[in-house]
Amino acid sequence: MHFESVIAGFGGQGVLLTGQIIAYAGLMEDKHVSWIPSYGPEMRGGTANCSVIVSDNKIGSPMVEEPGVALIFNEPSMEKFEQQVRPGGIMVVNSSIVEKKVSRKDIHVYDIPAGKIAKQLGNERVANMVMLGAYLELTGVVSTESAINALGKIISKKKQSILEINKKAAEIGASVAAGYSVDSLLG
Amino acid sequence: MKVLMKGNEVIGEAAIKAGCRYFFGYPITPQSELPEFLAKKMPEVGGVFLQAESEVAAINMVYGAAGTGARVMTSSSSPGISLKQEGISYLTAAELPCVIVNVMRGGPGLGGIQPSQSDYFQATRGGGHGDYQNIVLAPSSVQELADFTMKAFDLADYYHMPVMVLGDGAMGQMMEAVEFKEENLCSSLPEKTWATTGCSGRERNIINTLYLNPDLLEEHNKHLQQKYEQIKNNESRAETYLTQDAEIIITAFGTTARIASSAVDSARAMGIKAGMVRPMTLWPFPSSAIRETLTHCRSILDVEMNAGQMLDDVRLAVEGKAPVYFYGRTGGIVPKASEILEEIKKIGGISYESHLRQA
Repeated sequence: MHFESVIAGFGGQGVLLTGQIIAYAGLMEDKHVSWIPSYGPEMRGGTANCSVIVSDNKIGSPMVEEPGVALIFNEPSMEKFEQQVRPGGIMVVNSSIVEKKVSRKDIHVYDIPAGKIAKQLGNERVANMVMLGAYLELTGVVSTESAINALGKIISKKKQSILEINKKAAEIGASVAAGYSVDSLLG
Repeated sequence: MKVLMKGNEVIGEAAIKAGCRYFFGYPITPQSELPEFLAKKMPEVGGVFLQAESEVAAINMVYGAAGTGARVMTSSSSPGISLKQEGISYLTAAELPCVIVNVMRGGPGLGGIQPSQSDYFQATRGGGHGDYQNIVLAPSSVQELADFTMKAFDLADYYHMPVMVLGDGAMGQMMEAVEFKEENLCSSLPEKTWATTGCSGRERNIINTLYLNPDLLEEHNKHLQQKYEQIKNNESRAETYLTQDAEIIITAFGTTARIASSAVDSARAMGIKAGMVRPMTLWPFPSSAIRETLTHCRSILDVEMNAGQMLDDVRLAVEGKAPVYFYGRTGGIVPKASEILEEIKKIGGISYESHLRQA
């Protein structure tokens, strides 16, 4: 097993954190992991992305040239990464924000209305967890349980109460990716 | 137990684990997470974190702390390391142990903030004025950032000299699993009887770098050179990867070596017998590790994030016995594994003679 993923969006959407959760969860499952952010004179509202590798083997280059999976949180990220995804790869798109449609026919695209779902759950900031849930459902890189445990380790002790809504968001994201309609899930 | 940590923070934690209780620095991207981490952690272990007014001030504070025998560290990125050079020369002359971390970024000048390896010459040739060299360690993973930082303190104390940990922006920013192996720390270092700790009950210790008598200064230089010979004999380290039957050897260090290892794997999958020698110490340079591959290797490809600096040391090691090619990216551009693979294909080896080109 060797998964190379890119997670990209606006700063503030939880893009870097989402990548850290995947890496940490991979570590908890005794996998080799690497996480590397793009960094620069970046600010809130600017673009941010990170590359995550989870593998059964020692990781050579931590740089991801041709991601197998891209989690796309906004339109500039779609433009940047659409052509990079390897043929046969997966693109999970936050369709609440990204209006543009993917033109490539050789990759699997999943439109997930992550922003809308998060809003209905009562906290727009869990949109990244909806995306993460979909990613985990589609790839099985790590279990959702490990991902939630990883989140619990990353956030401070005071914030443990937010785990429940994040877990719910991930579960709904997984169900949407599996083909259930959003409306049936949120009732 | 392994934890997931960012490279820059790992350097800080490793320093504390190695008994470092003094850190003097000045912020600069892409290493600022390191002073930020130590600003929080040093007070927790009774240590001192001090953000100096400049890099020049910070390195001279290192001089002071090292003079008392304390384990001390400073860190910066390329332009800041240039500012510290005067102090590094003085620390070397006074034979004071300390650890200096350079998380390299693109230059020259203020350059940029993206990863680079363009301070290789500066790091391995001394950097400041005078006849001297520092031990330079080149980690290529977050785990090695921990291991080499801890090792750096032991080497500095053992040889009474500055030791540099040479990383780059990519390594400083990336997160990987890491384990801190305190059991690897040396437990039998000699007592620092030379330190200026207050002289009641003993002879005064003097720490000085001024020798107005040329005979004495030459003696001092001879002493330093003898020390460097000893280090060259004992401390050079390299990792070899698939070199046993390799016809093409890649030489690369740090982040570039990680990327090159992926290119080696791809080349092998295509039937090209590629391998890699990765210097873990840049000074002393592990020439013998490269020379040992020459019995079967047809050509060498040096890959760096600069315009070709370690290339000189590789050529000196090879002594003209094989062609040495070079591929590098500059300005903060990180070479891609696919680019390195293309270079490997151009150089060829036995199964790719049609691609051979002149050096």
